[in-house]
Amino acid sequence: MSAEPLHVHYTVDGGNFTSAGEASVKVKRLLRQLGSSPEMIRRVSIAMYEGEINMVIHANGGDADVYVDDETIRIVLKDTGPGIKDVEQAMQEGYSTAPDNVRALGFGAGMGLPNMKRFSDTFKLDTVVGQGTTIELGFINK
Amino acid sequence: MTVFELRDALDLTVFHEEEDRPVTGGYAGDLLSWVMGRAESGDCWITIMSNRNVPAVCSLTDAAMVIFAEDVVPDEAALEAARDNGLNFYGSPLSVFELCAKVSALL
Repeated sequence: MSAEPLHVHYTVDGGNFTSAGEASVKVKRLLRQLGSSPEMIRRVSIAMYEGEINMVIHANGGDADVYVDDETIRIVLKDTGPGIKDVEQAMQEGYSTAPDNVRALGFGAGMGLPNMKRFSDTFKLDTVVGQGTTIELGFINK
Repeated sequence: MTVFELRDALDLTVFHEEEDRPVTGGYAGDLLSWVMGRAESGDCWITIMSNRNVPAVCSLTDAAMVIFAEDVVPDEAALEAARDNGLNFYGSPLSVFELCAKVSALL
């Protein structure tokens, strides 16, 4: 008998770089309490942070939903931003459309989506230009 | 080599320190996503970036310590986050290049 996955919802505040990362820190704390391995915590929280920062930079915020069960962690990041015109290009390391003020903060390295893919076990991206982007990240407990 | 041993060996300024732990490697960089993608748990991270997002990246990557090079001082929000999250933050007048060479020789 498997239990219902634990579900936590976070609202990511748009345009606020000082609070960006709060949801990732909360997820990190939650996983630590649940006894996840340090490497799992590292992978999940980095991928989540990249997702948060992307929503702040590009989409004026969005929603993050985290589902945890014994074997897997699933993160769904959903925004109603401008969407991604060229996904293939956006997935390339170093390609970025972030504005200069964001780059001055150390972001906009063009590593957000590549890092989310690198640190997750499954990566699914749905985007519609003018409507928004949904990213689903899966992590398997190893 | 541990964090506190490295602090003494390099004569670092202490911005905040908490737990001594082994330093297992090093990474230098200012582009935060690049650091998140490449830095390893236990690293000594050398940077000139000083804002609130540095403690977040340090915490998420599980870096053992951060050294702010070139006399860079982290801003107050960054220091507050370092205190809240128990992070080891240090400063040095040396350049990133010089720090990398010294840390590399010591590890």
